Amino acid sequence: MSKDDQILEEFTSKEYEHGWSVDFEADEAPPGLNEDIIRFISAKKDEPQWLLDWRLNAFRQWKDMVEPKWPNVTYPSIDYQAIKYYSAPKQQKKPDSLDEVDPELLKTFERLGISLQEQKRLTGVAVDAVIDSVSVATTFKESLSELGIIFCSFSEAVKDHPELVKKYMGSVVPSNDNYYAALNSAVFSDGSFCYIPKGVRCPMELSTYFRINAANTGQFERTLIVAEEGSYVSYLEGCTAPMRDENQLHAAVVEIYAEKDAEVKYSTVQNWYPGDKNGKGGIYNFVTKRGICAGNHSKISWTQVETGSAVTWKYPSCILKGDHSVGEFYSVAVTNNFQQADTGTKMIHIGKNTRSRIVSKGISAGKSQNSYRGQVHVMKRAENARNFSQCDSLLMGDKCGAHTFPYIDVENKTAQVEHEATTSKIGEDQIFYCLQRGLDEESAVALIVNGFAKEVMNKLPMEFAVEAQKLLALTLEGSVG
Amino acid sequence: MLKITDLHASIEDKQILQGINLEVNAGEVHAIMGPNGSGKSTLASVLAGREDYEVTNGSISYFEKDLLEFGPEERAREGIFLAFQYPVEIPGVSTTNFLKTALNQVREYRGEKALDAVSFLKLMKEKMKLVEIDQALLSRSLNEGFSGGEKKRNEIFQMAMLEPKLSILDETDSGLDIDALRIVANGVNTLKSKDNATIVVTHYQRLLDYIVPDFVHVLYQGQIVKSGDKSLALELEEKGYDWIKEEVAAHAL
Repeated sequence: MSKDDQILEEFTSKEYEHGWSVDFEADEAPPGLNEDIIRFISAKKDEPQWLLDWRLNAFRQWKDMVEPKWPNVTYPSIDYQAIKYYSAPKQQKKPDSLDEVDPELLKTFERLGISLQEQKRLTGVAVDAVIDSVSVATTFKESLSELGIIFCSFSEAVKDHPELVKKYMGSVVPSNDNYYAALNSAVFSDGSFCYIPKGVRCPMELSTYFRINAANTGQFERTLIVAEEGSYVSYLEGCTAPMRDENQLHAAVVEIYAEKDAEVKYSTVQNWYPGDKNGKGGIYNFVTKRGICAGNHSKISWTQVETGSAVTWKYPSCILKGDHSVGEFYSVAVTNNFQQADTGTKMIHIGKNTRSRIVSKGISAGKSQNSYRGQVHVMKRAENARNFSQCDSLLMGDKCGAHTFPYIDVENKTAQVEHEATTSKIGEDQIFYCLQRGLDEESAVALIVNGFAKEVMNKLPMEFAVEAQKLLALTLEGSVG
Repeated sequence: MLKITDLHASIEDKQILQGINLEVNAGEVHAIMGPNGSGKSTLASVLAGREDYEVTNGSISYFEKDLLEFGPEERAREGIFLAFQYPVEIPGVSTTNFLKTALNQVREYRGEKALDAVSFLKLMKEKMKLVEIDQALLSRSLNEGFSGGEKKRNEIFQMAMLEPKLSILDETDSGLDIDALRIVANGVNTLKSKDNATIVVTHYQRLLDYIVPDFVHVLYQGQIVKSGDKSLALELEEKGYDWIKEEVAAHAL
């Protein structure tokens, strides 16, 4: 083994930082999935009949669907009857303020570096914290509501703003959109809801932090963001999970609805447990994220830094329906050890003069497989649509793989679609050059990788950028060759 | 400062260096010349600690320490600088950012405090003048899309920033036009002091018009076969390397 391979080994074998679990009493459903379980979840949440019907309808559709086999990933088939579909940290009643939240829960978030108490004082980020399946606390609610902004858990939204939920839920991702979206629609337990009224610019970053804690439990949260005419919001999402030998399923749905002149920026730092060095355990992350630029001149921008999960299947997409609307997708996906990622985007150009931009940076190390899969579809009436796609892959070592699957469908002659792709390898030459200037190996790798991903990292909000940079370096520690 | 004794080194089982002996003292400039494939760049790489080369015999002592015990980054922090023949490109990382990280790691090693942004920029401004390098170039990705001359100037700029004790210039003159050559040489000469030393690895005597060596060594078949002063370089320029090869052949008989 050469020295560089050794660095690669050490770097890659760094332990997962958030791999602890906490024992708080949980309120759980027994394993298995059937209509009774769905009724149980719905009853637990005290839901109206229309929502229960919506869930049952999704479940019936799901039963007739098959798991997608086209992604470039392999994993043992999932026994959907062995999973628990509901687990909530037990609380006597819904807390009215943070002071009433189970201290054990607050400690959990403090360990994650998210102090909910602190959040009250620090300006800048409002947090909705979701543990296992339930939203446990949302900060800054009052000050946001003064502006008419609604930022709360999905369950609360169902209770307090049923008309909004009814109107928009499923409008971007229908309940039968795909296998995992249908599953989510049937069993989702909570998530975040965000509504920005007309002309309001949300003054702070809104953030949801997801954590899976209980064993053998699936996490199925829904996020719904509605941006009314001329509004703006920047939304952050972060996630972690404990280290467990079994794989855990995470199948979320995120829907974004942008009206005329509205702008939504959605950033994710995904750090679910990726499994151990030998590929044991880790989260299966099968997520449907989609936004619609419904109004003219609206804009949706996805930025994601994907470092976690054993298997990732995720394509944050934009439907560019409004004329002059803009869709963006900036992604850094890092895979190491035995991780597999099949991720990318779909840009559907429907309106005139719509523009989309895709920048995807894949970094593969260890024995991992990293695929970019992206679709650019220019529909018939999308006059003067523009797309620019750039997919760069960086390989570390010689046991990993990088794959690119671009699909381009153009039905209008005036469209301009550009696609650029590169694949490169972190060279021993680059590492040696850094060492010769006095950098240690870890800093050298971190520097080179962050340089590679810079264009995407620059798109992250400040609060996240530093964390993401560190995460990138940490995920790849020991991975050069 | 540097004492190389009977150094043998190989790459992929191919023996390149076959018993190098060389002593370099502070304040000296040594030129290593020789025909293609004689082992000049190998010597530079071995001194810098490149892992691809295996030292099979001999020793290198540097300030009385066993250099071979040090990894490449420790050698750099101990004051050894290699100006690369082919400087590497690192996309997305500016020279400024790169050097700041490097310099602060070197300073930490030496027990010095990290430079803050202001002092770093001040130092940079000062050193930029030495090699007439433009600020805009330093904000760009390291060596990416740089011309040959810009790359070499950037190497000397980094050398100025890191203030090494022993600098090894590996074919720094290759790919340089006469103006760039003069600028680079000027930089090297300005940095020269009684406390540091320079090893200039070169093919041609041209560079030595600007950086005047105290000693000239001819490397051939992995050994130093001839040493002399500056006049040796001129002789080589005039007569080529064949007479050296013949001398070695005759000696072997």
